[in-house]
Amino acid sequence: MSEIEFLNWVRGPGFEIATVIFIAGVIIRVLEIFLLGRKNNLAEARGSEMNGGLHTIVSRSIPDKNTFQRSTFKIVSGYVFHLGLLITIFFYAPHILLFKEILGFSWPSLPSAVVDAFAVITIITLIAVLIHRLRDRVLRFLSTTEDYLVWFLTIAPLITGYMAFHRIGMTAPSLLAIHILSVELLLIAFPFTKLMHAFTLVIARWYNGAISAYRGVQS
Amino acid sequence: MTNHKKLKDRTLGEAMRSQGISRRSFLKFCAATASMMALPPSMIPAIASALEKARKPSVIWLSFQECTGCTESLTRSHTATIENLIFDSISLDYHHTLQAASGEAAEQAREEAMRENWGEYLLVVDGSIPTKDMGYSTIAGISNLDMFLQTAAGAAAIISVGTCAAFGGIPHAKPNPTGAYSVYDIIKMYGNAELDGISSASIKNNSGGSVHDKPIITVPGCPPIPVVITGVLTHYLTFGTIPELDHLGRPKAFYGQSIHDRCYRRPFYDKGLFAETFDDEGAKKGWCLYKLGCKGPTTYNACATTKWNNGTSFPIESGHPCLGCSEPHFWDGGGFYKALAIPTIDIPTTVVYAAAGATAAGVALGALNQSKKKNAIKQHTKTTIDDLENE
Repeated sequence: MSEIEFLNWVRGPGFEIATVIFIAGVIIRVLEIFLLGRKNNLAEARGSEMNGGLHTIVSRSIPDKNTFQRSTFKIVSGYVFHLGLLITIFFYAPHILLFKEILGFSWPSLPSAVVDAFAVITIITLIAVLIHRLRDRVLRFLSTTEDYLVWFLTIAPLITGYMAFHRIGMTAPSLLAIHILSVELLLIAFPFTKLMHAFTLVIARWYNGAISAYRGVQS
Repeated sequence: MTNHKKLKDRTLGEAMRSQGISRRSFLKFCAATASMMALPPSMIPAIASALEKARKPSVIWLSFQECTGCTESLTRSHTATIENLIFDSISLDYHHTLQAASGEAAEQAREEAMRENWGEYLLVVDGSIPTKDMGYSTIAGISNLDMFLQTAAGAAAIISVGTCAAFGGIPHAKPNPTGAYSVYDIIKMYGNAELDGISSASIKNNSGGSVHDKPIITVPGCPPIPVVITGVLTHYLTFGTIPELDHLGRPKAFYGQSIHDRCYRRPFYDKGLFAETFDDEGAKKGWCLYKLGCKGPTTYNACATTKWNNGTSFPIESGHPCLGCSEPHFWDGGGFYKALAIPTIDIPTTVVYAAAGATAAGVALGALNQSKKKNAIKQHTKTTIDDLENE
């Protein structure tokens, strides 16, 4: 298979396979959560579930002082690489084109140099996160193969994307094909790993806030 | 004396002088060629000297499944150029389209050129070679495959001109009805039992030469840039070797950088300024054509530097995205106007079907869980203290 054939495959059948697994996997897993059902709570509600839930979705994004002091590195690095991912995935012009193709609408892009800088920051942060995970004895003990796999699947598109943008090591078609393939691997693993938190995070936070509000306690 | 020499015995310098090409123009060509091939300026006199003395090797040009666009590209200059002179005044001993002879006389010319220059002539091929049925393309009753293998056996080197000869081209596009292959593929596959109708008898008759070890220079493009062909020929005439090639057999001097990296619109790409349609404000301002399907980022060619029509412009300069014609399989990479970031398949439809199927499956699984739960509740029996005491 030549490099252009490889590129055509990842842009065609490869992307189709990854999309089907990603979309179907995410929908089935989310439906699974919603359709579990909950018993009717017969107690009188002491507050609005909706308001409490919505409040928690936002409030849990802001770390409390004690937690921040205890886990400064984790929180800062977590914020940095998540924001970096947001910018590199959603604000690079060629990526927006893909979203426009699927969603039917688009938004303004950032200059390539800005996205490039964020990609570098994100890569460095993710490497630092891994080093931290390996150096912290408790974290290392708690880490599973899935944790390392998810780390790899997250950093791989960033590194391959950076290499494709700067033409490092290989020809442009090969680099682009490898970048797209790395994204496809991420999409395929997404519904079956903790990457699902991108979707379940909102549900979990809302639920925590909702049950607390129902009981009239602070969440 | 010079004028009385036979055309093919004249050196290139003599031929040029007889055509009225000035030394100044000739040196300018040498300087341009040295520059294009990334050679130091000190090489210009060496190129000039080598070219002046060069007796051009016999060149046999074979055209197979092609559209003649490559020949058109090389011969359709508005004015005669030194490139043209180098290309067609001395070298060509056989070229279907350009030669006056036809039929048996033409084939005789080819055989004569082969015999006289066995092991030394350059074979230029444009067009891909069909392998499914030899009747798909024949010349004077000889199949393309036979003619190619016969002629390749005695060649010093093979130059695959155009994307069809270099990579299979349009005839090779899915579903490839004629079983068309590139020169490189044919050489690689020769002897493979899957190929029908190969006759190697003629090769044995000639000299027992092998086609396996022939150096192949690919000069892809649909069509290729004329100056790239003459650049390759100049390199061969000057140094007697083939230029440094990339992994696809393309001369690195011309195919070493991507269109995107040398594109004058690249700053707009970096700034995120794109033409959205062919007639919007961005298009008028000359912004990047990436969103209109430009394949410049994955295409290696010299268009952005040597340009076309005597250096006038290249497609992107005319407002059209690069099609990626110098890369293999460029016609099977989805629409020409589909951006590289967009999948070649219909993703929105895939998303809709996947979502609908998954929703149905998810709801069905949910219903199954609910029904299990209800059954469990129904089958639940209560045990009272009385029941326990009775036991």
